[in-house]
Amino acid sequence: MISNKETISVLAKEGKRLDGRGLLDYRQPIQLETGISWTAEGSAKVQIGETVVMAGVKLSLEKPYNDTPDQGGIMINAELLPLSSPEYESGPPGIKAIELARVTDRGIREAKAIDMKKLCVTPGEKAWFVIIDIVTINDAGNLFDAASLAALTALKAAKFPEVDPETGAINYKKKTDQGLPLLKEPLAVTVYKINGQLLVDPTTQEEHAYDARLTVASDDNGTISAMQKGGEMPLTIEEVGKMVDIALDKANFLRAEVEKVVK
Amino acid sequence: MSNILKNDREVVIPGECLAEGMDYLPGDNTYREGEKIYSKILGLVGVAGRVMKITPLSGPYLPKTGDKIIAQVFDITMSGWRFKTNTAYSAMMNVKDASSRFIKRDEDLSKILAIGDYAVVTITKVTSQNLIDLTMKEPGLHQVSGGRLVKINSQKVPRIIGKQGSMISLIKDKTGCNITVGQNGIVWIKGDSDKELLAEKAVKMIEARSHEEGLTGKMEKFLSGGASQ
Amino acid sequence: MTYTERVDGRKFDELRPMEAKAGVIPNADGSALVKAGKTTAYAAVYGPRELFPRFKQNPKTGIVRCHYGMMPFSGSGERIRPGNSRRSQEIAMVMEKSLNAMIDLSAFPNAVVDIYVDLPQTDAGTRCAAISAASIALADAGIPMKDMISSVAVGEVDGTVVADLSYDEEAYDAIVSDIPVAMTHNTKEITLLQMDGEISKENLMKALEMAKVGTETVYELQMKALKEKFSRSD
Repeated sequence: MISNKETISVLAKEGKRLDGRGLLDYRQPIQLETGISWTAEGSAKVQIGETVVMAGVKLSLEKPYNDTPDQGGIMINAELLPLSSPEYESGPPGIKAIELARVTDRGIREAKAIDMKKLCVTPGEKAWFVIIDIVTINDAGNLFDAASLAALTALKAAKFPEVDPETGAINYKKKTDQGLPLLKEPLAVTVYKINGQLLVDPTTQEEHAYDARLTVASDDNGTISAMQKGGEMPLTIEEVGKMVDIALDKANFLRAEVEKVVK
Repeated sequence: MSNILKNDREVVIPGECLAEGMDYLPGDNTYREGEKIYSKILGLVGVAGRVMKITPLSGPYLPKTGDKIIAQVFDITMSGWRFKTNTAYSAMMNVKDASSRFIKRDEDLSKILAIGDYAVVTITKVTSQNLIDLTMKEPGLHQVSGGRLVKINSQKVPRIIGKQGSMISLIKDKTGCNITVGQNGIVWIKGDSDKELLAEKAVKMIEARSHEEGLTGKMEKFLSGGASQ
Repeated sequence: MTYTERVDGRKFDELRPMEAKAGVIPNADGSALVKAGKTTAYAAVYGPRELFPRFKQNPKTGIVRCHYGMMPFSGSGERIRPGNSRRSQEIAMVMEKSLNAMIDLSAFPNAVVDIYVDLPQTDAGTRCAAISAASIALADAGIPMKDMISSVAVGEVDGTVVADLSYDEEAYDAIVSDIPVAMTHNTKEITLLQMDGEISKENLMKALEMAKVGTETVYELQMKALKEKFSRSD
């Protein structure tokens, strides 16, 4: 309920923030943990400041899509759980959850992060399908970055379950030590513009006081795989350039955090 | 044969037995069943003579007449403003209670307080259904502008203010900030932005450590740049 | 043919290793994390707050609303499609009735206290972990309650009465009964009781006695979780 919109705007102009951070500083602690759900094929919990998000990977064998008979598939879903904020209600995903899911999805899918062909078991008949579910535990701002971190970490930690060679049935209770065929490691960073200044890792109050934002997903080569602009105000081309630079730099910073828990 | 089972300032959870025997009386946040007195909430035991009471360590704010609170306008009607109060209940302020100057009939009320504005106001009435009436006419009551608002648990307000205002004065002295504490758990801090942040940290620290002894001394140390945490 | 040794080697009346922590979700008015074996439950309480739709408001007292959900990756087999299943709704309802027995919201007419429980991983005993977690979260939120509610599942596996069944026991290839129970601490009164399977009255009564002891173990952990928040001083 608390809004400090005007003060945030005034401080931003001076390069300052309410919590004393620099414009380009992430909150502390940043903590990543894998294996937080034994029932998932891969799982991760990400904490940035007070924001906590979890991601779980589930794998299943399905018939491939008609137009890609030799490939598996991937889908990313997000739920803003009412337990994570007084702002969320029970019910089907609202537009905020949908945007979060689709932006995170594009970042990973368009980066061709997973080798879809290696997910194929029998062309035209059976392939692995990967579903990542992201859920919020405490929303204190910057879900875009936290979700992207959680999804990537869970993907890296995931292992295929055993498949009975005769019946083809999946035994979810037994995992192999084979991980997913990952080609790239894309991460999304969202840069916010408040009163002409650019900053990262907004708190909830800063998220209610911004003019525009740009989410940029990039991989370890600096190749951009997805973008999403949000907010009511426009951005100049120059600003976009600056925001992309910041996003690429911060993605590397965050990638190092992922390396700490899963190679 | 009566017995107290808990010490003063001990932390208890709902349902814990505080005393047995009819010599003792159930005070705030307790209840009696048979000969025993039990706690109804998570809080600190307080023994005052024969009365056993519990001081809450968390919990909702109960609006009371005479309380000064900080509230936010969410609607403007023909007769005044409607406020969110950080409780389950909204509040109303009539045009005639907004200011000591005369407000003309066709005056644009949003020029006085617009939707989204916060104000320091006093509760003049609370109905049985917890509907709240407010006034902004008394001295010291006015719109919030500048500075920052911080939300804390309303049960910690007495600790933030301290005995005879000792704690709040300490924070004000050490940070040079103006600080208004709403009984509903909203605190308004205004000063240099660095000093505002220090005051905010102090307020949050008191909130987290309100159950500790010697807190004023610890806060003095913290505010003087001494030991943190 | 009797169940002489439990699948995981526990004694018959032994609960799985449990952990409980209070105040884990800063945005919530009260919150808790409870782990019972490999079942984990997060609980968050928001309220008393304004209740919509208006027609649900009760002018005499605030009301309680429970919500229960399993995260899509929390089932031991395939992914669970998100959404409110009939099972979730029923669990939410019995949770509500179980906790409501002790909650006093007479000072908050027309308001609502929302309790949300979500589970990232499950291995049976989910509604029990949910109720135990919700109870801690309610106390953490300063909601007035006459007593804490503690919950554990008891039952019978192939003729042997046991406490805190794991999924492997629920699914054991023999006659099984699964009995989730919730109790108050002071009077040991039952506020949740469900059962499926087959059991004799004699064993049912034995199981309930076991529940009395089992819920005490849970209570000790709930108390510890709440008091731990305030144990620090230097």
